[in-house]
Amino acid sequence: MSDIANNAHGASLLRAIGLLRESWIGMIGAGLISFWVLVALFAPLLAPHDPLAILQPFAKPGALHVGTGSTLWLGTDNLGRDILSRIIWGSRTVLIYAPLATFCAYAVGIFMGLAAGYHRGWWDMVLSRIGDIILSFPVLVLYIIVIATFGASGLNIVIAITFASAPGIMRLVRGLTLDLRNRDYVAASHTRGESAFFIMLVEILPNARGPLIVDACVRLGYVIITIGVLGFLGLGLPPPDPDWGGMVNEGRSMAMIFPHMTIIPCVAISSLVLGFNLLADGLREVSLRD
Amino acid sequence: MTEISHSEPASVLEIENLSVSYSTRAGEIPAVVDFSLNLARGESVGLVGESGCGKSTVAMAIMRYLGANGGIVGGKVRFHGRDMAELDAPALRRVRGAQIAMVYQEPMAALNPSLTIGEQLREVPLVHTGCAPSEAHALSVQMLRDVHLPDPDRIMASYPHQISGGQQQRAVIGMALLGRPAVLLLDEPTTALDVTVEAGIVELIAELSRKFGIASLYISHNLGLMLEVCDRIGVMYSGELVEQGDTETIFSQPRHPYTRGLLDCIPLPHADKQERPLRAIPGRLPLPQERPSGCGFGPRCESFQPEICGVGPIPMDENVRCARWRDIDPRDSKPGGDSRPDNPLGDTILEVADLRKHFAIRNNSLRAMVAGRTVRYVKANEDLTFDARKGETVAIVGESGCGKSTLARVLMGLETATGGTVRFQDAEVGGISAGDRSPAQLGALQMIFQNPDDTLNPSLSVGAQIGRVVRKLGAETDAAKVRERVRKLLDMVKLPAEFAARRPRQLSGGQKQRVAIARAFAGKPAAVIADEPISALDVSVAAAITELILDIQRENGTTLVFISHDLGAVRYLADRVVVMYLGRIMERGSTEAIFSPPYHPYTEALLSAVPIADPTVEKRRIVLEGALPSALDPPKGCPFSTRCPRRIGAICDEEAPPSRVFPGGHSISCHLSVDALEIVEPVIALKVDAS
Amino acid sequence: MVIFVAKRLAFMVLTMVAVSILLFLILEISPGSVATKVLGPYATDEQKNIWLERHGYFEPLWYRYFAWAGNFLSGEFGLSHRFKVPVADILWPRLWNTAILGFWTFAFLIPVSLVLGVLAGMREGSKLDRTISIISVLTTSIPEFASAVFLSAIFVFGLNWLPGTSGMIKGFEFQQLILPALVLFLYDFGYVARMTRASMAEVMTTPYIRTAVLKGLPYRLVILKHALRNALIAPFTVIMLQLNWLLSGVIVVEFFFAYKGFGALLLEASLNQDIFVIEACAMVAVFVAVATQTLADIGYTYLNPRIQFV
Repeated sequence: MSDIANNAHGASLLRAIGLLRESWIGMIGAGLISFWVLVALFAPLLAPHDPLAILQPFAKPGALHVGTGSTLWLGTDNLGRDILSRIIWGSRTVLIYAPLATFCAYAVGIFMGLAAGYHRGWWDMVLSRIGDIILSFPVLVLYIIVIATFGASGLNIVIAITFASAPGIMRLVRGLTLDLRNRDYVAASHTRGESAFFIMLVEILPNARGPLIVDACVRLGYVIITIGVLGFLGLGLPPPDPDWGGMVNEGRSMAMIFPHMTIIPCVAISSLVLGFNLLADGLREVSLRD
Repeated sequence: MTEISHSEPASVLEIENLSVSYSTRAGEIPAVVDFSLNLARGESVGLVGESGCGKSTVAMAIMRYLGANGGIVGGKVRFHGRDMAELDAPALRRVRGAQIAMVYQEPMAALNPSLTIGEQLREVPLVHTGCAPSEAHALSVQMLRDVHLPDPDRIMASYPHQISGGQQQRAVIGMALLGRPAVLLLDEPTTALDVTVEAGIVELIAELSRKFGIASLYISHNLGLMLEVCDRIGVMYSGELVEQGDTETIFSQPRHPYTRGLLDCIPLPHADKQERPLRAIPGRLPLPQERPSGCGFGPRCESFQPEICGVGPIPMDENVRCARWRDIDPRDSKPGGDSRPDNPLGDTILEVADLRKHFAIRNNSLRAMVAGRTVRYVKANEDLTFDARKGETVAIVGESGCGKSTLARVLMGLETATGGTVRFQDAEVGGISAGDRSPAQLGALQMIFQNPDDTLNPSLSVGAQIGRVVRKLGAETDAAKVRERVRKLLDMVKLPAEFAARRPRQLSGGQKQRVAIARAFAGKPAAVIADEPISALDVSVAAAITELILDIQRENGTTLVFISHDLGAVRYLADRVVVMYLGRIMERGSTEAIFSPPYHPYTEALLSAVPIADPTVEKRRIVLEGALPSALDPPKGCPFSTRCPRRIGAICDEEAPPSRVFPGGHSISCHLSVDALEIVEPVIALKVDAS
Repeated sequence: MVIFVAKRLAFMVLTMVAVSILLFLILEISPGSVATKVLGPYATDEQKNIWLERHGYFEPLWYRYFAWAGNFLSGEFGLSHRFKVPVADILWPRLWNTAILGFWTFAFLIPVSLVLGVLAGMREGSKLDRTISIISVLTTSIPEFASAVFLSAIFVFGLNWLPGTSGMIKGFEFQQLILPALVLFLYDFGYVARMTRASMAEVMTTPYIRTAVLKGLPYRLVILKHALRNALIAPFTVIMLQLNWLLSGVIVVEFFFAYKGFGALLLEASLNQDIFVIEACAMVAVFVAVATQTLADIGYTYLNPRIQFV
């Protein structure tokens, strides 16, 4: 079975990338994302200072570092830490936790959605009800309660996001599965006596990848915003790790005099989310034209 | 409102050298090239061709509705002498719907699901004549009567999904005629409808066209229909009009090689799968971007001569677009392909006895719970009995809703029978789902599906999919051996070996169906169930696939269960036929017995409804009135009693009909006596003065 | 139809019950931690036991649940240990404030996003469509706290037109509602506009719109009568669900602008482990969520004539 599974996924990725070149919106999105991924990857090389080091409080962007004479391009925060370095290292935090949480959510959601859509009957009833119950919680309320109860840590954030996002993914996958299971090629598989696993993983899932990939991009954007909001509300990763949302919160009281402390992390997070949304739009456009 | 120009009083619509192209990211693609046609008042002209030939584009170009990418790049369309390109937007709106109206292929899609039929009908006179709403309503109700819809007031208040397909199309036709147009464009108006419903619609259109003096342009791929309906016909190929003329002449003396080829592809009553098989047109329809520089049909034409035919675009010469038509002797090409040796029949391998398949429908409404009827049953298959021998072709014939697809699914194990038995290769399989059958049983009985676009997994390569079947059912595990088998199978379906690496989206409909056939035969099955395998294909492609299936069947001695609604193909292919209606078998027997009297009344009506593309054949006209009963509430007696033109009386509604047996294993389920059935005249007969 | 509504309402109740059980289990399962949260970390074990005894925490779990649920239904939410008043006394006024904020947000959100979405979808690919789409993508990419920061920088610190906080200390001042509502509006408008645009664009490509045009109907009639009726079904459900989203969205906004609403209450309670407030807020939030979902389902079924209730 592995041979056939490989066959399904192999050439399609390259083709997708090639096609994307036709959508300039998608290219801009991909560019923004690549920018931040590179920043996160090369953080140790790019960051001029240790993000936790205290240099000089309240330096405006472009001011000179008293100690070394180097320029503090984005200024420092209320504790004197270099904002540029914190932004650079903060991108790592976001780009580790957001994809991780999204991936976990997808793993759970895909499994639940395939089972509910393919087997229907009891599976569907139970899984859909559970999903509906979870979805009936306003998302942020759920996060706040979970994190406030169990404490804030990277793992808890990932678990909370997985828990809250999986039902939405499950609904999407379930809908796609319900539609795809009626195709003749699925019936043909039945007439060969293929197992349920084979049909779900080889016949159904690869053919659902279009909408799923677009959804994944958009959802990554949401998750990044969520991580930022949690940080902003003080429920994010415990300090002192640089966290863009947390940076905004820390600088809020001084926003009138030192706007750079809040504006810069806001621009950072918005640009990254914009990248994912544009990429999703580009992929959608390209898949429609195909 | 209508301006009669004095230059050409006879022609209502003149299309002169029309060329339409679409601009896509691959460049400008021509859809229609140098098309000229005239439509006179009261005339019915047919435009026939296969998919992609541009016939629908012509209609859209007349209406000037080509979308953002399409545009008329040459030629003119003149309506009542006036060039339509000169019309400004308000003038165009006045023409649309009121002077040129259109009827569409899918009536359900063409109607707005959120508005009642009445609202959609009333709009036409309201907008075009500015009359009062009450008058518009009265006109609409009258029009519904004119299209023979029962209970017009109820239909006016209904939403489209609440009425049947045939009724929807009648409503659409009514909507088109409310504007009292001079020209009616019909784009495949009956393709989506059942054959018996189609017959009624066709008659309606003819009646109303005569009554209101409307010129109609009838677009279809169904040649037989054109013969019945149209005065003149134009044949299109790859965007060009290749031949034009009187209907009778086109059919009896086709001049263009493509027209001839097309007529050869259709299984007419005189074709014979052994002596005179169908002759498919070799090659493939060129993609619009790859049209050859010379004659469009050249690459596939056996009379092609490069010096004459391949040089530049071929002009119309006496209504034929062929440079050599005078030189080509019609007697040069055989009317059929090479003859095929007879297939010896063996023992019975499939026996179906009293098969029943009921689906439970749960109704959880309050009303049902009070009445104590929360579960009702759709009797999809009821008392089915027939058998098939080794090497034989048994056809299951019926229209939509007759239960033939359910029968296929039960045989394959995709559903399990509610009652009765299915014995395949001496083993009972009716109650055993596919998941529980042994690999040997699965491999011995395989299926070919209807829709070529859905039959293959879009994410896998062709070779991988066929290879998988070989691995699962062919008991082959060695990778090299599997690849070898795949190559042999592709060869068997006449596809080149490199197709193994291609994905389904790179294949045409016909090629995909060939792969499906290869897949079905990968496990060396003893029997193959083909569920409408050619219904979704173009005429020439269907002929090729039909011949392919017959060849493979011949070589392997496979039993073929051929499910279809296409009586022409059935008559050509089948050794024996089973006619189904609303879940029951109406008639059963050899092909000859079914297609000649005595008939079951339903078979009679079916034979009368199917258009035959042969001008030498005469058909008796039988049009069914009444509606198809719901499968939830079939009549206690004969299911056909609600529409049967030969209904005797109450006995037909209340008592199940007995089986009348005729010699040669021919049986008919009818209350009519054997004598009454035998004196019926044939539906189809050769014309007395056949040339 | 009646059965359908009844089924949806029954499901709503079922969800509320299930959620309440879940909530109860998460928050109140260990009496010890409840006591710690209520009395503070410095209370002695004896003090805790007395309090637990008095409030019936030594009864079996299922008994405690039903007592708790019973209290809840009668509006008795317990005492907020942070504000030292019954929870109900704080909850309802705060909810009312959030309702006001929500009302003004939606009053602008619904017409603007629907109109722009329809205009964009009507002529897909046009300049107007591209502009609206780009603006929509931009606004949905900017988190609420970020747009709050940007708007404050411009309107509060830069132009000095609007107040920076919305504490409503001197009674109700409409001016203080503007920025919070604007932030909520900006974030949500993009999403609703895009959904509407997608729905409209899809409707415009359907065969029945082609039929309407080829019947010679004026363009205005085609759009208003034929297209909108089908195109607005999906956005209607989306908008109903945005009410649900609102309860999440306000948290950040109320926190940022110090607006005394429901979201700020929940946040404060969570940060301070004010357990009874959390429970009450969570149940209210779920109730609103499930109610809007049910209304959306019923409304969609009602609006779509193709769905038949057998």
